[in-house]
Amino acid sequence: MSGMTLEVENLSTHFATRAGLVKAVDGVSFHVNRGEILGLVGESGSGKSVTGFSLIGLVDPPGRVASGKILFQGRDITALPEEERRALRGNRIAMIFQDPMMTLNPVLRIDTQMMETVHAHAKVSNAEARARSRDALGMVGIPSPEERLSAYPHQFSGGMRQRVAIAIALLHRPDLIIADEPTTALDVTIQAQILAEVQKLAREVGTALIWITHDLSVVAGLADRIAVMYAGRIVETGSVTDVLDRPMHPYTAGLIGSVPSRNKRGARLSQIPGMTPSLIDLPVGCAFRTRCPRADTACAADPPETSTVPGRALRCFHPQLDFAA
Amino acid sequence: MNAPVIELRGVSKRFGKTYDAAARLARGLRRSLGGEVKDQVVRAVDNIDLTIHKGEVVGLVGESGCGKSTIGRMVAGIMPPSDGTVHWHGRDITAMPLDAMRRATLKVQMIFQDPYASLNPRMRVEDIVGEAPRVHGMIPRGEETAYIDAQLNRAGLDPAYKRRYPHQFSGGQRQRIGIARALAVQPEFLVCDEAVAALDVSIQAQILNLFMDLREQLDLTYLFISHDLGVVEHLSDRVVIMYLGRIVEEAPAEEIFARSNHPYTQALLAEVPRIDTRKRAFTAIKGEIPSPLNPPPGCHFHPRCPHAMPTCREVAPALREVAPGHRSACHLNTL
Repeated sequence: MSGMTLEVENLSTHFATRAGLVKAVDGVSFHVNRGEILGLVGESGSGKSVTGFSLIGLVDPPGRVASGKILFQGRDITALPEEERRALRGNRIAMIFQDPMMTLNPVLRIDTQMMETVHAHAKVSNAEARARSRDALGMVGIPSPEERLSAYPHQFSGGMRQRVAIAIALLHRPDLIIADEPTTALDVTIQAQILAEVQKLAREVGTALIWITHDLSVVAGLADRIAVMYAGRIVETGSVTDVLDRPMHPYTAGLIGSVPSRNKRGARLSQIPGMTPSLIDLPVGCAFRTRCPRADTACAADPPETSTVPGRALRCFHPQLDFAA
Repeated sequence: MNAPVIELRGVSKRFGKTYDAAARLARGLRRSLGGEVKDQVVRAVDNIDLTIHKGEVVGLVGESGCGKSTIGRMVAGIMPPSDGTVHWHGRDITAMPLDAMRRATLKVQMIFQDPYASLNPRMRVEDIVGEAPRVHGMIPRGEETAYIDAQLNRAGLDPAYKRRYPHQFSGGQRQRIGIARALAVQPEFLVCDEAVAALDVSIQAQILNLFMDLREQLDLTYLFISHDLGVVEHLSDRVVIMYLGRIVEEAPAEEIFARSNHPYTQALLAEVPRIDTRKRAFTAIKGEIPSPLNPPPGCHFHPRCPHAMPTCREVAPALREVAPGHRSACHLNTL
């Protein structure tokens, strides 16, 4: 198998609203290798979740994937008929959502929900489907999985429910998992348990992961590479170490600067002025220029994607290049 | 050290189930037949002592269901304690005459987590901010506009927007409205219950800076409730860690992050994702947070504790001083 599980080229997802065309994702390109964890980082409204939904083919009208290619194991899946898309979804590509209470059906037992997923993509007996479900629950660290299969979602705590959701995503040992803020609603100790499971999965099964989050600290410990999104575009990508230790884009630098633990205790936090612009009314050129300390007249043009080092790319006319050793 | 502003002495809060007529009848019947009738009681807060001094920022940390919000509500006077007393400048609030109690609780204001749910969507910003001081007669006649504008300015909002409704603002701006509302009645003490948890990182930094500026300008004292240890470390002078309704450790911020004593605190600190760590192997505290309906006997943490001994299963450890100003509730300290 080739090293690249997913390659996205120039993906755009637009929403036609009464107020105008919202370019939620606007020409995004990235890739994920086998067994690799990519952290897709951004604030609310940056387009990171819509990117995830576009990959799995779950963008609802008025939204639509306007252009671009999504190459999954070398094959463009944007053009596939819905039937074939569906054969991939939940099978080779799975998604984990933020709120496990919304993704599990409250009136069905866990075994019903899990076996349904097994049967959707594999012709197996009920006994086999149940056995697979039990093994998946065991894999995500749910104690006594056999008994827990007959429980209802409300009998689980939030952390346990998220594990069930992850177990469902794992049922067919997918090649790619898209995780949309899966630990944001969880407590720190439970989050650590889930992150431990996810790491094991990428390492042992070779699953590629896209971890969508606003939390730089989680990505720092978990991911191999980072892509930072702002207003529908990826403004900087690179290895976690490069991006977090030597951020070149002023937005990335601003984000890192606002994390409390990066600042001296009690000192004023460095902050990015202003707020995320509305996607309907973006500044012309670089969308960040109205909040950027380095912006000048050049930024009124669209910054092209440039790459200084292999594997490192950014969109900025005035990147920070000098870092004190 | 400054004088205490708020003191909780032996405070507990229990939540019981309320029974309707049919349930009461069934329970009565069962009891008369010699059956056992058990009340389901949650001890959200279990016999807590907490003193907050003038000008201090106390961070209250714990996971969901540990009772940290309940403490915040009791401090703010929204909820009376089931047992124990709350003292305001040394005087028991519950024993005060009604008007003195009103004056005391007015000085303690609260800022809530969800800036979407904590503002009335049908009120204009000027009314949200102006209502309380108007009711309490704090605005001199004819100065209402100037007063409200000043509150909005102080919270970093443009008074030009005061005729708007909450839905016309972003999350960060709404949180500023909530702050302006709290400050409008000239409080001495702010209870911030997860006040930045719902905000994006860059907005969170703006609001945290605002809290620090206001503390200086208005000489405020804070109880800062959060599950985010990074935020708490940055802001607090003193940190209190809770687990299932009890305080397990309490120390000055620097001390607790450098030399935590309680195994729960140590585990919690180890699990906090930090931006400076790379590709770490996550290990986790074993097990789940037990249900507060049925907490483990003895030390509540013992089923998850790597150092648990037989006595931990039977006796609840008391908070003891392990260093000046540093208290911890663990049997390991008395070995």
